Amino acid sequence: MRFFEKILKIDRRWIFLIVGIVVIIPLIFPIGMPVLTTPPVRSLYNYVDKLQGTGKAVMLVTDFDPSTMPELLPMACAILRHCFAKKIPVYLYGGLYSAYVGMAEMALEKTLPDFPDLQYGKDYIFLGYVPGVSLVILGMGGSISGTFNTDYYGNKLDTLPLNKMVDNYKNIGIVIDLSGSASPETWVIYGYQRFGVRIGVGTTAVSAAQYYPMLQTGQFVGMLGGLKGAAEYEQLIKKAGIPTGRLEATIGMDAQSFVHIFLIFIIILGNIAFLITKKRKV
Amino acid sequence: MRRNLPLALAFILGFVMIFQYFIPHPLSQKFYDIFIQQWLIIISIFFYILSWRSFVLYHTNKIRRKKEGWWASIVAIVSFLFMALAGIITKKGYIFNQMYNYVYAPLQATMFSLLAFFVASAAFRAFRARNLEATLLLIAATIVMLGRVSVGSYIWKGLPDFVEWILEYPNMAAQRGIRIGVGLGMIATSLKIILGIERTYLGGGD
Repeated sequence: MRFFEKILKIDRRWIFLIVGIVVIIPLIFPIGMPVLTTPPVRSLYNYVDKLQGTGKAVMLVTDFDPSTMPELLPMACAILRHCFAKKIPVYLYGGLYSAYVGMAEMALEKTLPDFPDLQYGKDYIFLGYVPGVSLVILGMGGSISGTFNTDYYGNKLDTLPLNKMVDNYKNIGIVIDLSGSASPETWVIYGYQRFGVRIGVGTTAVSAAQYYPMLQTGQFVGMLGGLKGAAEYEQLIKKAGIPTGRLEATIGMDAQSFVHIFLIFIIILGNIAFLITKKRKV
Repeated sequence: MRRNLPLALAFILGFVMIFQYFIPHPLSQKFYDIFIQQWLIIISIFFYILSWRSFVLYHTNKIRRKKEGWWASIVAIVSFLFMALAGIITKKGYIFNQMYNYVYAPLQATMFSLLAFFVASAAFRAFRARNLEATLLLIAATIVMLGRVSVGSYIWKGLPDFVEWILEYPNMAAQRGIRIGVGLGMIATSLKIILGIERTYLGGGD
């Protein structure tokens, strides 16, 4: 009995220490647990894959800042690799808020070395930050060059060959919004409902549950939920023979697996201790 | 005037934008293009000026009155000025990018990853099967936690699919109910603002 009372009063720093160990060890010595793919991820992957050769572009939006980077940056890298390998034109848009642009740049830095043949302006364009949030989404429905004027590097968008073919949503095959906030809904309201552009979403595990209604109605083509979603996409591009770089999400899944097991263990232990000590008091 | 002008603007522009959506005439489209693509984006830039003013006023006030943690306000103002200057002055924003990549990004990622430790501690202390609802929540959470990681398929191959079912049906039904409620609330609040019934956004309280 005293054991369970002690358990209930355990110093939380012991829990912190074990969580730290459980995260670090699998990251240093990855086990490589298999990652099974789920329908929302396969749906997004297949949709992007079918854009090959159609001339339609993918607009990848990095609507996240460094706080959600461990989950969302691997998604950005995997999707960029998929598009670059299949020669699908890409508009990389650095997000609706200024703090997000750096994430797009990081994703480019990680993926470009594996695709040396790509030409800027022809195969991909990097759009920077323009204030306005939902107004930017609406503005791009009329004209991308009219809304942004220049790209991230200061080049006039009108002078870039890709922008001459694609200047509004008509030639955008899909907008993929990677976000830990509610911005995918903004894209649905102003992008999909108003202009009919298809939307895909990559989100943090904690936000994924709220997007299932939009997935079921078809407002989202597919969804990558959390680190697992990123790991599933990595596995799909690996299977297709696309250079994957370091499989960051897949490696991270080992650590996440062990942390979840530890969490379940302490929840069960806490409940047993709670029930036993409660009975004793009665 | 200070009260009536914003009310009149909200009323006129609110209804104009509602009607504009349903009128496909070129004039209506032209109005939309000018209003959305030019005016509103320009206006939204002024939000930044307001937020900078508010930021500086808040922190200078804290420093002047030597409130608790006033030294942190000095750090905030110096960081703000440094990043702004680094972005404006340096060639191609080199220092700004270095600061973003090697200071801001690791700091913010570290702050967010601390959540894992607090979630673990909170789950141990607060996640209790006190009644039927709490027990159901506990069981569902445990299944989802297992099914959303690789180890779940080791335990039972059908677990990821079962988790997907939980998310696609019971979860979605609840989410949809919440969304319909929120949507109706948004429509009601928007109409109240346009019609001038809801005035708290003007400040003052009535």
